[in-house]
Amino acid sequence: MARRIAGIDVGGTFTDLVMQEADGSIRIAKVPTTAVNQAGGVLAAIEAAGTTPAGIDLIVHGTTATTNAVLERKLAKVGLITTAGFRDVLELGRRTRPRAYGMTGSFEPLVPREWRREVPGRMDARGGVVTPLDETAVEREVRALLAAGCEALVIHFLHAYANPAHELRAGEIARAIWPNGYVTLGHALLSEFREYERGTTASVNAAVQPVLDRYIRHLQDRLSEAGHRRDLLVMNGNGGTVPARAVAAEAAKTVMSGPASGVMAAAATLAQSGVVNAITCDMGGTSTDVALIAGGAPEVSAELSIAYGLPIHLPMVDVRTVGAGGGSIAWIDRGGMLRVGPESAGSMPGPICYGRGGTRPTVTDANLLLGRLDPDALLATARRVSVEEIREAFAREIGDPLGMTPEQAAEAVIRLANVLMAGAIRMVSLSRGHDPRDFALFAFGGAGPLHAVALAREIGIPEVFIPFRPGLTNALGCLVADLRQDVVNTLNHGLDDIAAEEIADVLAAQEARGRAGVEAGGAEVERIEVHRVAEMQFRGQTHLIRVPLASATPSRAEVQAAFEAAYFARFQVRLPEIRAVLVNLATSVVGRRLPFDLRALAAGEAGKARLGSRPLYADGAWHEATVWRREALAEGTEVSGPAILQQADATIVLEPGSSATVDALGNLRVRS
Amino acid sequence: MDALTLAVIQAGLVQVCNEMDLAFSRAAFSPVIAEADDRSDGIYAAEDGALIAQGEGGLPVFVGAMQHSAGHIIRLIREGAVAPPEPGDVYIVNDPYLGGTHLMDVRFARPFFVDGPGGPSLFCWLQNTGHWPDTGGMVPGGFSAHATEVEQEGLRLPPVKLFKRGEMDREILSIIQSNIRVADQRIGDIKAQAAALLVGERRLSEMIARYGVATLTDAIALIRDRAAERMRAEIRRMPEATWRAEAFVDSDGVVDEPLRIALSVTRRGDTLRFDFTGSSPPCQGPMNSVWATTFSAVCLGVKHIFPDIPINAGTFAPLDIIRPEGTFLDARYPRPVSGCAAEVSQRIAEAVFLCLVQALPDEVTAAPAGTSGNFALGGVDPARGAGYVMYQITGGGYGGNAREDGLTNGCSTIGISKTAPVEVMEQYYPVLFRRFALREGSGGAGLHRGGFGVHYEVELLRGDARASFVMDHGRFGPPGVLGGGDGAPNEVRLHRGGTTTIPQHLSKDQGIALAPGDRVEVKTPGGGGYGDPFARDAALVARDVGRGYYTRDEAAALFGVALGPDGGVDAAATAALRPGRAA
Repeated sequence: MARRIAGIDVGGTFTDLVMQEADGSIRIAKVPTTAVNQAGGVLAAIEAAGTTPAGIDLIVHGTTATTNAVLERKLAKVGLITTAGFRDVLELGRRTRPRAYGMTGSFEPLVPREWRREVPGRMDARGGVVTPLDETAVEREVRALLAAGCEALVIHFLHAYANPAHELRAGEIARAIWPNGYVTLGHALLSEFREYERGTTASVNAAVQPVLDRYIRHLQDRLSEAGHRRDLLVMNGNGGTVPARAVAAEAAKTVMSGPASGVMAAAATLAQSGVVNAITCDMGGTSTDVALIAGGAPEVSAELSIAYGLPIHLPMVDVRTVGAGGGSIAWIDRGGMLRVGPESAGSMPGPICYGRGGTRPTVTDANLLLGRLDPDALLATARRVSVEEIREAFAREIGDPLGMTPEQAAEAVIRLANVLMAGAIRMVSLSRGHDPRDFALFAFGGAGPLHAVALAREIGIPEVFIPFRPGLTNALGCLVADLRQDVVNTLNHGLDDIAAEEIADVLAAQEARGRAGVEAGGAEVERIEVHRVAEMQFRGQTHLIRVPLASATPSRAEVQAAFEAAYFARFQVRLPEIRAVLVNLATSVVGRRLPFDLRALAAGEAGKARLGSRPLYADGAWHEATVWRREALAEGTEVSGPAILQQADATIVLEPGSSATVDALGNLRVRS
Repeated sequence: MDALTLAVIQAGLVQVCNEMDLAFSRAAFSPVIAEADDRSDGIYAAEDGALIAQGEGGLPVFVGAMQHSAGHIIRLIREGAVAPPEPGDVYIVNDPYLGGTHLMDVRFARPFFVDGPGGPSLFCWLQNTGHWPDTGGMVPGGFSAHATEVEQEGLRLPPVKLFKRGEMDREILSIIQSNIRVADQRIGDIKAQAAALLVGERRLSEMIARYGVATLTDAIALIRDRAAERMRAEIRRMPEATWRAEAFVDSDGVVDEPLRIALSVTRRGDTLRFDFTGSSPPCQGPMNSVWATTFSAVCLGVKHIFPDIPINAGTFAPLDIIRPEGTFLDARYPRPVSGCAAEVSQRIAEAVFLCLVQALPDEVTAAPAGTSGNFALGGVDPARGAGYVMYQITGGGYGGNAREDGLTNGCSTIGISKTAPVEVMEQYYPVLFRRFALREGSGGAGLHRGGFGVHYEVELLRGDARASFVMDHGRFGPPGVLGGGDGAPNEVRLHRGGTTTIPQHLSKDQGIALAPGDRVEVKTPGGGGYGDPFARDAALVARDVGRGYYTRDEAAALFGVALGPDGGVDAAATAALRPGRAA
């Protein structure tokens, strides 16, 4: 039984730690992320928490190592062996362009054409052999890719989801030659049809595998040297964790793990407060991550992309990115209309107030000018920028041309940013079949709490929920995450053509594989849960509906009924005359970790809660807003807007007319 | 009105349309709408049908098109030819000559009323269009390559009330259902299309409640003015001049002669005049365009050049598009028009690109592949004992531009839909793809070369089948600009019974009989090149050869780059091939 467990999340700017002590109490730490090697920040966070790796029994780690590697294209050299006639699948994609309008833009596949090699061998759609595998060609091409300097290898054959024999045999041949373990078989990671998505997923895996493997080994070595005795657990994008020694094999699953851990923390926090439906909103500098928690569980999707042309079709927490954040630039277009974004100042030069040379006003600057953000609370500024300087920028760029005072201009910028974000959040929610007004807004991240109340008003959401530590949500997600293994197989037959026994057999095999993965984790698990999903559609459609299955041995009639119910719930349409197709079966095996009492996290701090007051510009006028130290607010405290709640990792603005209460777990519940 | 209220109302109107788009796609059964988003939703002025706002997720070909349709409905009501609107009514219309595209694009229009002193008064129209999988006619799907009159293309509906005060007119529905294929599934699409307008009505009512009729009316007028000013500012960045370009449709599918689009664009002051004088007369086959589609195609081309401009009537006001009477770009009844939305519109947009790249060389691309690559295979699969129709669409290369090489396998200019994976096609149909590959050498040479087309080859495995296709750019490749070379033209080869043939009309044919073992091979166009190929970075040419995009011979002939035995640039030999340039 672990006594002291630490969740450590590495973000773009900060490395955060939330640690549970044997007595249930909590320690936290926040240190700068070490960009070149994230291990430095991890060790620094442990030190900042006043302990050593030797003193920690279990570390659950969230890393952006692979995310950054993909986005910055700092990847391993990957070679591809594929079916003759199809080596360009990864480059051709599905006939798209980056944006609906504009005939420009470019795309480079992860594996350049010179390292994509074809071999004879062909399966048909039912898994029958059309052309036998040319094993000599496989060996020749593998050696050629090795000689060309490739470090990782992908073997990806057409219809391998239906019959993986050729991939398995080619894998044997390759592994006998390849000097390391970095060989990815397309079907092994994702046994679903759609050659571009499956092949790209495998390529992402291969391209980040050496990067992740080296990083995790290095981190584990540093921790071992410092006396840590246990295997790390690493966060995956599905919101679960896997043991460090197994994580590199399926490295692609870590690529979108950062946003997932935040949503898992949100789900755990909301569950303990009895809230089951929420939209999570993590507003950062350039973008805002939005996810839906419906009925207590984060929505999952297997159709996400990390960037244009790079789908990763593994089950992941469905986090959508909205292109607006604190760094979004305000401007006036050639027609004289006020605009916010889509251009962002990013982190370089960043908003004017960062003092890194930014000259164009941003949303963050507007917050500063209006007293919503305390200039003294800004972290990571290069040079102290005076409010007057920002005021001048708003006058010059926005206010004077539009005939507004700088304050009016700044308020207009915030309001328009909120309107645009509200529209995007509505679309995310409506596209999943939910009216956002039935949800609470769970705001976290640096800038989320700053905008949450105004944003909720814009969407029509009555309640805003701000956790006790909004800036440590991802690290908390590591701490509360369960062990999890997802296994997916494609059947793609009309439901009438599939025997119930076949469904049961696939589900049983999936469960066995998932259980083995979870049990290999060696972490304390309270109990194991198995969730089964059928992904279905009506014949002729290409989008899939996820249909939860209640049983491990469902009858066809039960599957049909569950599908019809799920389809109606989402589209309000019944189509009895059209055949249902069972495309995929998926099993998630979840090893539930011991529950974590969030009350410990919210242990209030002593001291005076009321800090004073300061001017806040809202609704076209200056108000004297009360200012509070959030950590010192006791349970049951009521605060009415206009008010500003400051804490170490975030600032919360209560708009005039809103009011908030501190609940038993330290969360702020705002009536917007 | 203050700048914030204006910006917020503009965003709000677009949001209403976005939510109509979403509601339509989500509820539609037809994959053409549900998956390919071949639909669009908008808000139109009560007095003249001018576009107030349009959803951002609409199919690009509908930019600016539906205001013509709304305008005709309003005119016909004024003339007494169509019954006046009442709350809850929905008009249905697909007549191409009344502001439409082709017959398959069916428009629904719903009047939006607000409470006035003397009862409800008409405030605006909500309208959408959706591509129905079938509206009758001589071939399933409506794309006959050989039709010579619109009656052969399907059922043509004038504006009639499909819903009267909220109730569907079962008699009109019955006429529609008796004239189209797979009629039973259409009821789902009809409900979805009408429901989307209802979503728009609810959301717009919320805006009325929040801002009031007067403020909203003022804002709509101002938004229109600002958009026009925005467009004028873009126009003022161009020199005062006239630019000319030509684009060619291979043939009309009936008469084997190219159809010429002659476009001249003149900037004078704040306006941009588009003149199609000199274009070919109306054609016998279905490659005619109607006026609304021609207008929309110009707007689409402009929107691709300035992706950030809003879509409303004000944006298009400074565009003086002269109605090309007497040409195939302004076809009248009964000319067949099924090819106008998918192919002719792309040639018109291409002519816009080729003119305006001369005005704004740093912002506009060379010509893209510009064909939807429609290929249909229909037959009976003996293994399933069932009939099937397989549709394959493909992209092609985009044109190079001032910053970068063109995109490979980009979507058609007018569309946003993805192609189906080979693994899915082989699951559903008795075919085997022998290859699905990048078409080597197809990108036009240039400082920044064109993107590459696709080269695929599909074999029929079982049963007899018939193939049809409506593509384009088979006669001439997409033009390069500013010294760049043309992209490779579209090619179709039929491998039947051991012999290989090329279709007479190159890119269009229908009813081609195939037996098991026969193959259809398609090479889609590459994009045009941008700028002087001899100025292209020699190292990039060497990289392209290393990747097999071009051969060594092509590198020397097209780009003036000689490669050494190791594949690297041979500087001395390259200097000799590129006289007068730095190596």
